[in-house]
Amino acid sequence: MSIKTEHMVLNMGPQHPSTHGVLRLEVELDGEIIIDVKPHIGYLHRCFEKHCEALTYPQIIPYVDRLDYLASMYNEFGYVVAVEKMLGIQVPERVEYIRVIMGELQRIASHLVAVGTYGIDIGAFTPFLYCFRDRERILNLFEMTCGARLLYNYFWIGGLSHDIPPDFVRIAKEFVQDFKGTLKELNNLLSYNKIFVERTANVGILSVETAINYGITGPNLRASGVKWDLRRDDPYSVYSKLDFDIPVGQGLQGTVGDCWDRYYIRVLEMEQSVKILEQALDQIPEGNVQEALPKRIKPAEGQIYTRVENPKGELGYFIVSKGGLQPHRVKVRAPSFVHLGIMGELCKGHLVADIIAVLGSIDIVLGEVDR
Amino acid sequence: MKTQQEIFEILKAQYPDFITTQDTEANELAIEVPALQINSVCQFLASNPDLLFDSLILLSALDDANGKKNSEADGSFEFDGGTLSVIYHLESSKLRHKVVLKVVVPREKPEVESVSSIWQHADWEEREAYDMIGIIFLNHPNLQRILMPYDWDAGFPLRKDYKNPEFYMGIKVP
Amino acid sequence: MGLLDKQFSDENIILTKAEDLLNWARLSSLWQVGFGLACCAIEMMATSASHYDFDRFGVIPRPSPRQADIIIISGTVTLKMATRIKRIYEQMPDPKYVISMGSCSNSGGPYWEHGYHVVKGMDRVIPVDVYVPGCPPRPEALLEGLLKLQEKIRNESLVKKEKV
Repeated sequence: MSIKTEHMVLNMGPQHPSTHGVLRLEVELDGEIIIDVKPHIGYLHRCFEKHCEALTYPQIIPYVDRLDYLASMYNEFGYVVAVEKMLGIQVPERVEYIRVIMGELQRIASHLVAVGTYGIDIGAFTPFLYCFRDRERILNLFEMTCGARLLYNYFWIGGLSHDIPPDFVRIAKEFVQDFKGTLKELNNLLSYNKIFVERTANVGILSVETAINYGITGPNLRASGVKWDLRRDDPYSVYSKLDFDIPVGQGLQGTVGDCWDRYYIRVLEMEQSVKILEQALDQIPEGNVQEALPKRIKPAEGQIYTRVENPKGELGYFIVSKGGLQPHRVKVRAPSFVHLGIMGELCKGHLVADIIAVLGSIDIVLGEVDR
Repeated sequence: MKTQQEIFEILKAQYPDFITTQDTEANELAIEVPALQINSVCQFLASNPDLLFDSLILLSALDDANGKKNSEADGSFEFDGGTLSVIYHLESSKLRHKVVLKVVVPREKPEVESVSSIWQHADWEEREAYDMIGIIFLNHPNLQRILMPYDWDAGFPLRKDYKNPEFYMGIKVP
Repeated sequence: MGLLDKQFSDENIILTKAEDLLNWARLSSLWQVGFGLACCAIEMMATSASHYDFDRFGVIPRPSPRQADIIIISGTVTLKMATRIKRIYEQMPDPKYVISMGSCSNSGGPYWEHGYHVVKGMDRVIPVDVYVPGCPPRPEALLEGLLKLQEKIRNESLVKKEKV
């Protein structure tokens, strides 16, 4: 006698404690084995691109902040680099250094949230508190610079809204010094924790070919073993003057490109950010940060695609200008949007509980997915 | 590593019938490709050993807003005629060169061949282009709305002549 | 406060009104639905993390709306999400309270003018008790909002109609 079986469809989200926001996953199951995962997005679609078409170039910066709200500084970085390229502005060296410092602090802050919340997803609550303690210190640095904790509007086209306060370099150096110890603490708490390794190693293995075909970039691609970092391979700002390594996944606990690698690459990147910060804080030159601010921002007719290495991956802005004060079209290449597309591929054949491990490891921010 | 110009020459030699012009008005050059040939051109770009374009960086659709503008009494307007375009940014991860392709389609019949069979990434990008601008991608495996609700019937929001509805499921919109 | 005023000096007995006792119990253990929407959710997370410690007010995140007393609408509400939020709200047992956190959920905020897919204020969908302004509000502002909600609960009555 044959028993008739059929696949079960399970709905996860939009309200679910582990989906990192408003994401809905439609999971097709055979028993507890995943057949397919279909992400349904758009629950946070805030019409960013429509707003861009109605606002002037400087007015867009606050909206850019709200794309990837864990890495606002870096979103601004990408946008101002694009518009400056359209206008042909050369910004002072001091501005470039401050931008790099802010960008790398933001990278650490973003990775801390990624790592901390990943711990919660897997079941470790304590690392989250440690991560947020350190993140709070970075936010304090941002706050003393521009007055905001989360969404800054700090990078302006051609400069910055303020110079850094006098104490900034000293406090930042103190933080960098302390943070090296914290990273060791984090490794002891989470990275080599037996339960954590069991849950993440050999789960959701991403091969290089699949990753490139799906357009995966940033830490997720590097975890699969590709040495590709736009700070090095398509340099912008003053990154070419700074010395840092590009860590790649090595499969220390399992296979190259598994969830543990994607987690650990973020820890290694924080180490490299610390290295960049140490150099940049020492080399920061004197100057006026508002020297190059243009009087009138009206790029000539044309289109441009520029990209930067956001903490999540390749963040690109495609801006079409028709010569007016407002852009004709702004299209964002949001890394999280691209990365989420691979969920089905990564989860196939795993167990239900592994969905959370995979989703946490690719580190998405819904504000950027839905824009 | 090849420049856009060299890639253009290679494409022109391969497809002399329809690849003839580069869009040079923008400061970023774009090779113009007919809408119903884009799949075969992309397949050539992806498989040719000199080019090896294995990743699609970005697929963006835009409303060129170049038709005849019919204004209405309440200040809104509609376009009659004109074009929509789709722009492809491709990159080769092995050879590290980039190319930009451009497809222009009429507003009344915005049909473009899908390239999702070549790059999986195009699947979602094409759905987004359909959702926002209303480009129909032929041979797409699952062409439906992605960001807006599946039952949204008030048009395509990023078209310049889009009008917002008054209510959606009993919730006041504007 | 009113709860501890009439305590006998040498016994473990407190005289109080049933109303006050219930209100006191309610306001000191407000369990919230673990539910974040957008940027404000990050500040909500920061509020529950090490520095600001939401737990000391009795606010503990619960994964299910059926076990929760308050819902903090932390971020932009879109048309696609609005119906889901209404469903979550309806699943919560009475008495239930809503804190609207941030400009977006108060009024649409920066997405007021061109947001074709943004609900211009959460109160178009569910009733709101406390509005916390800011984009995003600082954790202190959210704590203040919670204290305001506690004040509101303290003045509630079982028999008298609520003053509007």
